[in-house]
Amino acid sequence: MSDVILQLDSISKKFDGKDILKDFNLELHRNEFVTLLGPSGCGKSTTLRIIGGFVKPDSGRVLFDGTDITNLPPEKRNVNTVFQKYSLFPHMTVAENIAFGLKLKKKSSKYIADKIDYALKLVNMEGYGGRNPESLSGGQQQRVAIARAIVNEPEILLLDEPLGALDLKLRHDMQRELIKIKKEVGITFLYVTHDQEEALMMSDRILVMNKGIIQQEGSSKSIYDEPQNAFVADFIGESNIIDGIMVKDLLVKIQGVDIPCVDTGFGTNTPVDVVIRPEDLEVVSKEEGFLKGTVTSVIFKGAYYEIKVLSDGYEWMIQSVNPAPVGEVVGLTVLPDNIQIMHKPASDDEEVVRDE
Amino acid sequence: MSECRLKKINRRSFLASPYALWIVGFTILPLIIIFKYALTDGAGAFTWDNLLSIFSDVHIKAFWFSIEIAAGCTIICILLAYPMVLAMKNLGLGRKGLSMFVIILPMWMNFILRILAWQMILSNNGILNFLLGKLGMGPVAIANTPAAIMVGVVYDYLPYMILPIFNAIMDIDEDLIEAARDLGAGGFTVFRRVIFPLSVPGLLSGIVMVFVPSMTSFVVSDILGGGKLQLIGNVIEQEFTVGYNWNVGSGLSVTLMIFVLISMMFTVKQKSEGKESVIW
Ligand SMILES: Nc1ncnc2c1ncn2[C@@H]1O[C@H](COP(=O)(O)OP(=O)(O)OP(=O)(O)O)[C@@H](O)[C@H]1O
Ligand SMILES: [Mg+2]
Repeated sequence: MSDVILQLDSISKKFDGKDILKDFNLELHRNEFVTLLGPSGCGKSTTLRIIGGFVKPDSGRVLFDGTDITNLPPEKRNVNTVFQKYSLFPHMTVAENIAFGLKLKKKSSKYIADKIDYALKLVNMEGYGGRNPESLSGGQQQRVAIARAIVNEPEILLLDEPLGALDLKLRHDMQRELIKIKKEVGITFLYVTHDQEEALMMSDRILVMNKGIIQQEGSSKSIYDEPQNAFVADFIGESNIIDGIMVKDLLVKIQGVDIPCVDTGFGTNTPVDVVIRPEDLEVVSKEEGFLKGTVTSVIFKGAYYEIKVLSDGYEWMIQSVNPAPVGEVVGLTVLPDNIQIMHKPASDDEEVVRDE
Repeated sequence: MSECRLKKINRRSFLASPYALWIVGFTILPLIIIFKYALTDGAGAFTWDNLLSIFSDVHIKAFWFSIEIAAGCTIICILLAYPMVLAMKNLGLGRKGLSMFVIILPMWMNFILRILAWQMILSNNGILNFLLGKLGMGPVAIANTPAAIMVGVVYDYLPYMILPIFNAIMDIDEDLIEAARDLGAGGFTVFRRVIFPLSVPGLLSGIVMVFVPSMTSFVVSDILGGGKLQLIGNVIEQEFTVGYNWNVGSGLSVTLMIFVLISMMFTVKQKSEGKESVIW
């Protein structure tokens, strides 16, 4: 495809004999917002650093616009990075920080001055040009870091957990602003985070990573609605994941009860993982439910109640606008549409990693 | 309660008293004595002559020579220290590494011994000329020249330049260097625009720690200069030990002290104002 701007071609990387990336492939398209999402230590930063040129892969190629740049040093790549720790030069003012890359490119001082103004406006920091980075808040420093990268007009902007050090409120503001900036400058963004909410909200495309391989790739909606394995289901949002048996097409047995579903093609009597989102379960009277269990706790969470129901040794989590009486036996139902059936993991790389 | 606090303070100041005694006995008292000698003549009458004696021909010559040696030594130390520190950093030799030990090791050897060793190396039929001869190059007459003194002071004070610069450079966050490269800076530009400016506080400490002692030293020039080349330190020493003119000796010491204090204040002021502007 012609609008592929960057391609990682079966990249492998070991650190201290441990596989960090294994035969890793990735394609970035022009003007796309792609997010690498995965738990800590899964190799997200390593992937970015390979693209930025700070880490050499053991094998595989990095192709930029079709050209092999695997051995090109970082300063020669038309890619810029926004670091988690901002990494502003403390001995330069905000304006000097932003001008750093442009001066090296020998741009005219008029051009540089215009660019600084433009970039400061873009990140909502007009009038801060003469300030010292140390006198700025974390959020402001990160804005400057973004401006400093963007003025160089890179083809790809790499962002390694750029909002990781900010508090929740500021994160939300910055997320919206980043999307705005992205729209304005039209640069390809490769964004790293381990915050699934952030990924779901910002990205055109999400790559869910674990243990150096991509578990699933797709739009926010498809990843949330149709996780392909238990790792993705567990990592993206909260889920009930339970063993089941696909009796035949359109019928799955959970906790000894046959429940209609919409999935086909798993064969007969196949062990599977079943995923049901907490908001898709409904508490009903014990006669009406597929499953029966005792309500063990009800917690008010603001917009909904989080209800836990113990049934046959498994604690189901339910999100509901109505509370349920603790200690009572209730029934649970779910629409066939909302049951996700997944193959059992083929390798332990896909093993569910629960709340790290 | 206040009584209790009073006791505490008493106890604390009591613990500090050996230190106070030390200061009084070995710093303040000698200073007072030196000032007394500096501001009086042999008969004990007040005079400025001793302080002004720096402007006599012999003294001013020694003074300029001292400044030349000290400035030369400082510059050479700077030029040697940066490549060494950068090499150590690039080789990943951390603070606890062997290289640091190798740099500090000579500092543990006796100062006079080190200088005597250089005398043997540099003397006309010493090790240096022996090696040069083996290589088919003529003997060089370094002994008893300013060059020999320079070698001695550089060797002696180089560690005092390396250590603060090393510390300053090792404190630079690796992310900053990566950020610079990310923005298009090659190796030398990274040094010029990021590493060097951020190492300036260390550099200034190094300058103070090298310039001042190399300016006032007299042992090095005594041994490696063959006693013929006079630094201001030698002049002062001789006023005390040979000429027995303690008044002039003290006067010169005080002048030198004032000069050093002024130049240090200048450096420290620059340091607190900080940042790139200091050198550029
Ligand atoms: N230079 C290095 N030397 C040795 N091991 C390394 C190096 N860089 C990374 N690693 C290891 O590689 C693994 C993946 O690191 P990476 O930084 O890519 O993870 P990550 O997905 O970015 O995690 P996080 O969300 O915590 O930032 C980790 O186990 C880390 O310890
Ligand atoms: Mg990381």
